[in-house]
Order: sequence, then C-alpha cells, then structure tokens
Amino acid sequence: MKIVTANRLEDGAVVYLGDDDRWTESLADAAQFDDQDAENVLAAAESRVEEIAGAYLAPVDEDGAVSARERLRETIRSAGPTVRLDLGRQSECCA
Amino acid sequence: MYRYDEFDATMVAERATQFRGQVARRLSGELSEDEFKPLRLMNGLYLQLHAYMLRVAIPYGTFTSRQMRMLAHVARKYDKGYGHFTTRQNIQYNWPALVDVPDILDDLASVEMHAIQTSGNCIRNVTSDQYAGAAADEVEDPRPYAEMIRQWSTFHPEFSFLPRKFKIAVTASDNDRAATRVHDIGLRLYKNDAGETGFEVIVGGGLGRTPYIGHTIREFLPKEHLLSYLEAILRVYNTQGRRDNLYKARIKILVNTEGAERFGELVEAEWEAIKGGEIDLPAEEMARIDAYFAPPPFEALSVDSAALDQSRQDNDEFAQWLRVNTVPHKIPGYAIVNISLKPIGGIPGDISDEQMEAVADIAERYSFDEIRATHEQNLTLAHVKKDDLFAVWQALKAADLATANASLASDIIACPGLDYCNLANTRSIPIAQRISERMGDLEKQEDLGELKIKISGCINACGHHHVGHIGILGVDKKGEEFYQITLGGSAAEDASLGEIVGRGLSSGDVVDAVETLVGFYRDNRQDKERFLDTYRRLGAEPFKEALYAAA
Repeated sequence: MKIVTANRLEDGAVVYLGDDDRWTESLADAAQFDDQDAENVLAAAESRVEEIAGAYLAPVDEDGAVSARERLRETIRSAGPTVRLDLGRQSECCA
Repeated sequence: MYRYDEFDATMVAERATQFRGQVARRLSGELSEDEFKPLRLMNGLYLQLHAYMLRVAIPYGTFTSRQMRMLAHVARKYDKGYGHFTTRQNIQYNWPALVDVPDILDDLASVEMHAIQTSGNCIRNVTSDQYAGAAADEVEDPRPYAEMIRQWSTFHPEFSFLPRKFKIAVTASDNDRAATRVHDIGLRLYKNDAGETGFEVIVGGGLGRTPYIGHTIREFLPKEHLLSYLEAILRVYNTQGRRDNLYKARIKILVNTEGAERFGELVEAEWEAIKGGEIDLPAEEMARIDAYFAPPPFEALSVDSAALDQSRQDNDEFAQWLRVNTVPHKIPGYAIVNISLKPIGGIPGDISDEQMEAVADIAERYSFDEIRATHEQNLTLAHVKKDDLFAVWQALKAADLATANASLASDIIACPGLDYCNLANTRSIPIAQRISERMGDLEKQEDLGELKIKISGCINACGHHHVGHIGILGVDKKGEEFYQITLGGSAAEDASLGEIVGRGLSSGDVVDAVETLVGFYRDNRQDKERFLDTYRRLGAEPFKEALYAAA
C-alpha cells in the first residue's frame, strides 16, 4: 500500500492526501492506495500545482505505518526534528 | 567593511522585486514547481523535509552588528527563533514560509544582504579566513581579493549555468583556515623569494562522493591578474566539464580526468588570449576596493594588559577560555576571540535570535562593529582589546556563548542530516551531540589538544567527514542508521583525505568507538603530538586494532 505525501506550497508544511481528496497534516489520516492505483493518484495530486510541491508516494504496511526503509525519514517529516522536540508537530500538544 | 555602491544596491533590490513576482506566479499556479525550482534556487530557497530552507549569503564571512540584528529579526519574525551557520560562512533558516520569503529578502536588502549565489550551478559565495585582517600570520588581508571575486562572479553571464556548483576560497596565510585545498579553486596569497605577493592557484579539490585534494596548477600568479586567470579556469571548465552526469560534473572530475598538468596547460592557453584585457581590474579600482578593508582605528597599546593578567589569575574558567578560544592578533594589545557555537551537547552552528542580538551588542562595543562567520560553524570577533577580554567573556557567558572548546574534540562540524535535510540518509546532529557529551570535561579536552571531528549524514559530505581527523559518515542500511569512521583527514595546509577504518557501526557504537580512538591516541602520543600527528606517525593499523579489540 502507498500514501501520497507532499509539502504545502505556501509554507512547505508536510501534508498527506486524505480520504476526501483533501490534504491533511495528519499521517494517521492519510488515505492508502493499492500499488496499482497509487501512480494515477500521485499524477492527479501532482497536477494540483497551486496547492503543493514535491509530491511522492511513501510505502505503508497493513497497519498504516510507513515501511521500514522510509520509516525514520517519514517519522521525522511528520513529527519534526529529533533534536528539537520543541519544534514541528511533535511540539503541538494533545488536546 | 565593504559597503554597497549604487550598482550593488540596485542589483539586490531588483532581484528581490523580481523574485516577489516569481513567488506570486508560483502561488497562483501560473508557474509549476518544475518551472519555479530553478528560480527559487537562484535565490537560495530550497524545499527540505519540514519546510522551505533559506540560505543567506555572508560574503567571505564578514558582517556587521547591524546585519546580525537583521538576521535575528528574520529568525524571530519569520522563522522559529534561530538560525544555523553553515560550513561556507553562510546562515540558513529552516522554517520560512514561501509567502514570507519576498518580505524576508526585502528586509535583508535593507542591510545589504541577500541570498544570491547560495545555491544553483553558479559561482557560490566566496569564502575566506575568518581571521582576515587580524591574523598575526597573514601576508595581507585576503578580503579585498574575495570582494573582487564576488563582484566579478555576481551574475556573470557566462558562468550562470555551469555544469555544477563552483566554490572558491581565499587565504593569505600559511596556516590554512579556509580549507582552500578542498575547494573547486583555492587561492593562497603569499610572498615569493623576490618579495612580490601573488597567488598559488589550487584547482580541483572537493569532497562529496568523489573526494580529491586540489592540485596546484600555478605556483605564482601576480595578483593583478587574479580575475583573468579565474576567468580562464572557469572557461575551460564551462566548455569541457561534463554535463551528462551529475556525479561527474564538478571541476575536480575534469581536472583529475585530464590530469592536472594538462588542465593547467588548457588554462594557460586560454589565459594567454585574455590576460591584460578588460577583465583584470585596473590598479585604481583595486585600490578603491582595498580601501573598504582599511584597518579599523586601532589604539597604540602595549603588548601586555595588566587588567587581563589579573583576571586570568583570579578566574580559572576565564583563564581556560582565554587559552583555548583566543588567538594572537597582529596589533599589540589586541586579540582575536572565537565564539563557540558548539555548547556541550548542543546543535553545531545553531544560534538563537537572542544570542545573535548579544553577539551584535558585544561586537559593536568591543570589536569595531564587525563579526565573522567561520567555515567550522562558529563566530569570531576579530579585533578585541586585551583589556576588554574579561568583559567580553562575561557577556558571552551570560548569553551561553562562552564554551571553551575552539578546535577541541567537541568543536564538531556536523551537517543538518536527516533531522532537516532532504538529501540525507541518516541523522548527524545526534551523533555530534552524544560525542560532545561523552568528551564533556573541557579540561580533558584541552589536554587532548586540537581534534577535528566532522560528521556527514550522507555521501554528499556537507559535514566534511573526509577531512576530519576523525570523520564520520552516516549510511543507511535497510532503514537503519550506520556510521562509518575515517581517520587521518585534514582540511588545513597539511590537507589529506581520511582512510576508512572497518565496517559501519550503530549510532551507539560509534560514540564508544570515538572514545576508544581518542583513548588510544592519548596513551600513545609523543611530546605535543596532536591526534592527527600520532595517526600519521603510527599509521591506520594500530588504531584499527584498538578499535576492534575493544568491540
């Protein structure tokens, strides 16, 4: 399975394509696509040039977690730098 | 200090206005990312993991308190309250929003700053010795030449689309603090036997996936011909450098494929055709640029300072900082002060907006309003009166900027790595932090002496690991971070590339390994040998044995 991720154009924030075809900041809300469909979904996402930049596919396992090889990179993109826990989404506290 | 003339000011203002229009067209969707990318890179704007990254140029690392305050303002208003000094004397911001970048560039332009030539396949920001104009060991101030190169290279129409990026460094001292032998072009100004000053021209050095030490293609270049000779080198590279393969496009590949001798002949032939033409600056123009770098109004002082001697005796911590972080100045009664941006366990090169303000205040009051950024990700105050050193230390200490570790084991160069960088395979900052903490005790570090540890999070080698006395390269193995150690590198006048010792280590093991290597050095050094000297005397084998016996 794959998810589509990109950087939001206006501020560069990491976003994911959600179920409703809208961009979400939450990795947990990222929609999952079969490997066959994913390329088409990515192409459609890339055409939304006024919304995002640098879109690509990231592999996820059955639980929706990013697969091993990309895990650290995608965790850092999603949460923030591991050396500054006061920055990025990891710093925005739980409601 | 160089001050903009009307041409500089117009050029920078027009560029900022032009980029504002380009950003607006990108935001409206009129420009695609593919169309916009080369335009933003021409203005130092990258897209990284979490956000955009803006790299701001500090030509040859010299800037004023006013400019530092503007850098603090940018950090506060548009970013997250900090900036990061790089290995090319620039500063970068990790979180700017694209929509804010036009305003940032306007703010920077108001203090004669910009982000031009900090990215892309052009001649990048020229770097130099952070002690320029102050060092006891220099033949003259190298910065006027660096400024000439800046003016010559800025928007040079012939060299705006080179095969690859191009980096030039200038030194005027036998003690190379500008890493000239690992640049595309390194220039060493010196006095020959006839008493004339001119440049040794070194070409084709570099790090990255194919590291090389540069070759001297001309032993002595009369300084009035500097620009025509550089033009000749760039012409040969621009026409003959490879454009078919990104990994073979740097000048180092051309020089080492052709052979340095053959490459030198091509340059000399090109130079014959253009030297003495309009590219070389006339003497009056060189004098005009020289005048910007006239020494500040130094006072006539005695070599020794009674006040300093007293403070040194009264305060051991100050005395230690004085031994480690200050350097002799060429003018009696003055000293050069190194400000460490490597607090124990901290992030190499990072500085908060408040710290920037503090440095600006200290420089304004005690160092003729001038600050230097170093390629080792620290700052320097070039001209401090010995009488003022205690006050400067106290002010730095109050701003958490008085770590006494210049050139010691915890003065580590580290690239941003996977915590920030889109190209990285592994993190490098956490390794630097853990080594720094392990080496902790500053007295022990002082006893170990000069030890250059350099860490890169990928093969692009932004952390200069090839030229670390101890170099560490992060490699990704199926999603796990491993670190490979190299030993015996140097970026100084005794430049050399480190040798790989053994297999990759886990992030925990690599910190232990560094401690083992340092311990082996301490047990086997002779007299005043540095780590590097002992390594060169004994060779790699005993260090490897020590490493793997312990593992």
